[in-house]
Amino acid sequence: MSDIAARVKKIIVDKLGVEESEVNPEASFTNDLGADSLDTVELIMEFEKEFNISIPDEQAETITTVGQAVAYLEEHAK
Amino acid sequence: MDLKRVVVTGIGALTPLGKTLDEYWEGLTNGVSGADFIKQFDCSKFKTRFACEVKDFDATTYLDKKEARKIDRFTQFALVVSDQAVKDAGISKENVDVDRVGVIFASGIGGLITFQEEVVNFANGDGTPRFNPFFIPKMILDIAAGQISMRHGFRGPNFAVVSACASSTNAIIDAYDNIRLGKADIILTGGSEAVVSAAGVGGFNAMKALSERNDDPATASRPFDKDRDGFVMGEGAGMLVLESLEHALKRGAKIYCEIAGGGATADAHHITAPHPEGLGAKNVMTAALKDAGLQASDIDYINVHGTSTPLGDIAETKAILSVFGEHAYNLNISSTKSMTGHCLGAAGALEAIACVMSVVHDIVPPTINHFTDDPELDPKLNFTFNKAQKRTVRAALSNTFGFGGHNASVIVKKYS
Repeated sequence: MSDIAARVKKIIVDKLGVEESEVNPEASFTNDLGADSLDTVELIMEFEKEFNISIPDEQAETITTVGQAVAYLEEHAK
Repeated sequence: MDLKRVVVTGIGALTPLGKTLDEYWEGLTNGVSGADFIKQFDCSKFKTRFACEVKDFDATTYLDKKEARKIDRFTQFALVVSDQAVKDAGISKENVDVDRVGVIFASGIGGLITFQEEVVNFANGDGTPRFNPFFIPKMILDIAAGQISMRHGFRGPNFAVVSACASSTNAIIDAYDNIRLGKADIILTGGSEAVVSAAGVGGFNAMKALSERNDDPATASRPFDKDRDGFVMGEGAGMLVLESLEHALKRGAKIYCEIAGGGATADAHHITAPHPEGLGAKNVMTAALKDAGLQASDIDYINVHGTSTPLGDIAETKAILSVFGEHAYNLNISSTKSMTGHCLGAAGALEAIACVMSVVHDIVPPTINHFTDDPELDPKLNFTFNKAQKRTVRAALSNTFGFGGHNASVIVKKYS
């Protein structure tokens, strides 16, 4: 697992209160990990803070699974 | 229409003296001080460096970690006392109609700690707004009532009540009114407060409202003592389950006591100072007695607002003498704030609980930390100084007064 994937996983476990084993690339924040709309906003904010980037709203809306988050951050993280 | 009788069938308490009703009552009757140096934030530059905090509170002992993180400390307190009270009352979805169970719950300020954290984060940034999406729903004062309803599935009347330090007494009166008018069978009521933070302590310090006796926190809250120098901030939550008598009897509930009546008035005088003759306080006790259909002589105990401020304690005493006349000398009077500190929007609930327990056990908790008589106070009044007193308590009255000039009193009496 890449360093970015590990950091993403840690944030998701911490913020959504889920088990590490549930955080697989296909897992959807809302359908599989129990996030509501406010949780997903908070997750994006935490990614921004952790990776020191700004994720525009229109792109944030396309990040709905763990794998999508990791892929986006691997491409954009500084 | 006939008004229904209303009884207390459950209690929850999370206090500076202990985290259960039993610990709270034991602390009160033993005259224990809940004051100590502040642990929640670095207060080394503050004029006041002590408070009555809820000791060693870890929300995850009671709540799911994820849930605890999304709610302010005052709501964490509220959920803890709601669990205690629901259990104590023996309420379950099988023995109540959840559409007729409400929550009317108070706070004086709401999520000040959350507000402070979020604004400080923003101020420390570059101007880009990065507010947490839970900021507003964590902070707003009504969220405790909402969260309680979600946790227990109660769908009856649900709202918050605010009148600063009178808030939870007003909540109890609203709950009482809703039940006696037949609008609900059961209402979980009370209040919660948690503002031991830089903004909370700094704000009250700026008003010169807080005691600055940093060399001896445990004796700082000394209502009616000549050398009192302001109130000691407290935090915590109290909940009472109010229920129509007929509903309580039908389901075989344990009954602590009966709510006799309540009153609410305003000083219409000053934002923080009490009316010098205690006019609003006099009117509110008179209104509560009238609502209860009781004579002054029917009251045995007054749990006073008595915050340990120079002006407030004198104004309230004048009001008691004016309303109760000669019977004032037969009363036991005490300020349990001498032990709990001033829990602000939770004070009314915690002090109403003290009155309930006093009526149940025939014990009056003391006003601790009395060292020197104040020549401005009538020496014939019994302030229950320093030690609890045993006496029959037929009915007890609780006074609370809030910044803004709000006054609220509630009377509880033995159930028979």
